[in-house]
Amino acid sequence: MLLELKGIHKHFGKVKANNGIDLIIKPGTIHGILGENGAGKSTLMKILSGYIQKTSGTMCIDGSPVDYHTPAQASQLGIGMLYQDPLDFPPLTVLENFLLGQNRGLLSKKAFFQKQFEILMQALNFNLVPDTAVASLTIGERQQLEIVRLLNTGIEVLILDEPTTGISGLQRETLFGAIRKLAQEGKSIILVSHKLEEVLSLCDCVTVLRNGVVTGSMVQPYDSKALLTMMFGTPPAQPSKPAIRLGEPIFSMEMVSGTSGRAGLSDCSISIRQGEVIGLAGLGGSGQEVFLRIASGLERPVSGRIFIRGKRMHGSDHHRFKKEGVTFLPASRLEEGLIAGMSIMEHFALKDSRGLLVRWNDAYQKAEEGIGRFQVKGRPGTRVESLSGGNQQRLLLSFLPEHPVLLVLEHPTRGLDMESVRWVWEHLHNSCREKTSIFFSSAELDEIIMAADRVLVFFEGRVIKDVRTEETNSLELGMAIAGKV
Amino acid sequence: MNNAQKAIRGFFRYPAELTLLLGIVFAFTTVVLLIAGAPPLDAYYHIFRGALGSWTRFSYVIKVWIPLTLCACGLLYTFRIGLWNIGVEGQVTMGAIFATWALRFGTQSDTPAIAILLSLLAGIAGGALWALIAGFLKTKGGVHEIFAGLGMNFVAQGTTLWLIFGPWKRPGIASMSGTEVFPEGLWLPYQAALNISPVGFGLALGAVLLTAFILIYTRIGLNLKAIGNNRFAAYLFGLKPGRYMLLAMLFAGGFAGMAGSLQVCGVYHRLIPSISSDYGYLALLVVMLSNYNIFYVPLVALFFACLNVGSIQLPMMLQLDSALSGVIQGSLVLATLAVQALRMYLKERGTEA
Repeated sequence: MLLELKGIHKHFGKVKANNGIDLIIKPGTIHGILGENGAGKSTLMKILSGYIQKTSGTMCIDGSPVDYHTPAQASQLGIGMLYQDPLDFPPLTVLENFLLGQNRGLLSKKAFFQKQFEILMQALNFNLVPDTAVASLTIGERQQLEIVRLLNTGIEVLILDEPTTGISGLQRETLFGAIRKLAQEGKSIILVSHKLEEVLSLCDCVTVLRNGVVTGSMVQPYDSKALLTMMFGTPPAQPSKPAIRLGEPIFSMEMVSGTSGRAGLSDCSISIRQGEVIGLAGLGGSGQEVFLRIASGLERPVSGRIFIRGKRMHGSDHHRFKKEGVTFLPASRLEEGLIAGMSIMEHFALKDSRGLLVRWNDAYQKAEEGIGRFQVKGRPGTRVESLSGGNQQRLLLSFLPEHPVLLVLEHPTRGLDMESVRWVWEHLHNSCREKTSIFFSSAELDEIIMAADRVLVFFEGRVIKDVRTEETNSLELGMAIAGKV
Repeated sequence: MNNAQKAIRGFFRYPAELTLLLGIVFAFTTVVLLIAGAPPLDAYYHIFRGALGSWTRFSYVIKVWIPLTLCACGLLYTFRIGLWNIGVEGQVTMGAIFATWALRFGTQSDTPAIAILLSLLAGIAGGALWALIAGFLKTKGGVHEIFAGLGMNFVAQGTTLWLIFGPWKRPGIASMSGTEVFPEGLWLPYQAALNISPVGFGLALGAVLLTAFILIYTRIGLNLKAIGNNRFAAYLFGLKPGRYMLLAMLFAGGFAGMAGSLQVCGVYHRLIPSISSDYGYLALLVVMLSNYNIFYVPLVALFFACLNVGSIQLPMMLQLDSALSGVIQGSLVLATLAVQALRMYLKERGTEA
């Protein structure tokens, strides 16, 4: 089956997640889709699988245009997707999951489907027992179940979204073997991944997305440096950090592990000095998020120790961290940072926690001050959800306290234009002169290189690179992000 | 769309929504009445006459308005923090039980005023205690407040029946009509000419003013709103959501308990099986229809009280069950929710386009 996409657009409000994407998937090939987080990979795949609707563009199967609106219609046309988190029913058994949606009619044709299930299992070298509960399977086994289920519905195009996250090495080999076999049988496989190594070893051709457009494609043999440039680009220069003499170590982690997120965090040992800025690089879900949340006390580590100025902090909650001068700034502004339904002034009132009565006049004044200083386009009475993303970000930054000990910032400049980014960093670097230390994550390598003293690269829950920014470059960091140290 | 157009639309939106709302309810109720074979216009007329036809009738309306308003005030705190305090019904009942318990000591006392005061306080404490249990189940045990509240309602109702037919039964024979009536000295001061109790009326009015003050001017109101709208962000701002949930439950239970004790010492002068008269559930509807706004609460409560009292006329005049008021109240709330959903839908479509 030949699948052609022409000029696919998907707009979420003002955000153009896909901005005119052309893609051709040939039968019998394994096609890799590369790109950093937010490049538009997932959106495109969800459009392909019928999970969301495109804003405009055409899709053709074997030359004739098709239009579908649900995943069920997509799978009737022969397109199936294996989601990152398998969409199965944990309380049911393997076989029950397998025949869901396939067993039409009133009577259960269990025996028939069991035979089909076993044939497919054998063909792909999978090994699942039909009567076990899905809840007891590993992620890798649930993937296998989902793949045979999709195949049995007669799909010709199989989309795999980050399939190797959270599965064992052996399962990965089995999966890759199955993928190769399916491609030989003439099926098309689309592999979405951020692991360069895997994509290069498995795929016949690769397409790279960035900011919602195709930045290039390549067939074997690959030039990985060129691919990295396509993935990360070469953004304009960023503000650089002024030379500040670093003080005492202020915060340290010793062998800290956490379990949340896709990859968790494993045995992380880091310390930061007064006035130091440490940037966290890595693709989304590689452990930076867990690190930042553990560093600010929002999540308790399962093991390891944390100290602030020698004080034992592991086991304490965020409010204790806050008392020690740690401030956390979340990446999702409206979900975690701001309170939708409340005005800018109400937020400032909330920040000031003295007394029983709210000092509304005071809050109004502070709101006006913050709006002016941080160039937020709004009035004290404006509700935060009606602000644009950039303005929400600036508002969040205006809540930062005067002299914090440690700032823990998730993507502090995401969605800001270059001028605002420069301005934010000027402001943050000024507080570093007052001995504030900063951990921040960013998807822009150049921002990290310019703004930070040190960079930590996360890969699958581990810090695989810890280097001073002046001793590295974006290419080296890009390799580390993709798992090549 | 320019600003002038926006302003005009905003100005006409609320009256338009209200008209739509009442239109839906009127149409629906009329259909129900036609199915029942009753003349709709007569029914509406009798409800109106029954509620506002004379001062005596209106004084009955006020009697219903008092507990309804008290419960609604309490519910504003829990709604504001995002809790569905279905247990308000049991909190009214518990308040009534505690108040009865305190008044029973008063029968021997020679200072009835103090006994009445104590019974009010006991009622508040009883309701608050009942709410706190549900609150702790929610914050410490992860039990959803709807299920906790519902369970506690049944326990409170069972306790009432047990007391009436057991330890507190009338001398001689226990009866569904309740415990023995308290001596008149233990009745809440009563204005005979107006046929209402100024104390109860004053307390309900006070509750409205106090609630408005707390929600608008104090940090408690602000913090409840912050936690209700975004618990995680509020936590980042340094608030402890669990504590505020308990505080909100405390307020809700306290006001409900006060309503319960007023039913005992101001209305029935004894504990009866249906002491809460479903006013707690009704108050949930009042608050929703008021769009969670304290300034609409007294008016909506008054409207509901009129419907309740007025529909008592229906069986006498038209041989219709007085449950019609329930149909009207229920369809009002459903229509409100539908109109709210419509508003959200139009807004979403507006931003997408």
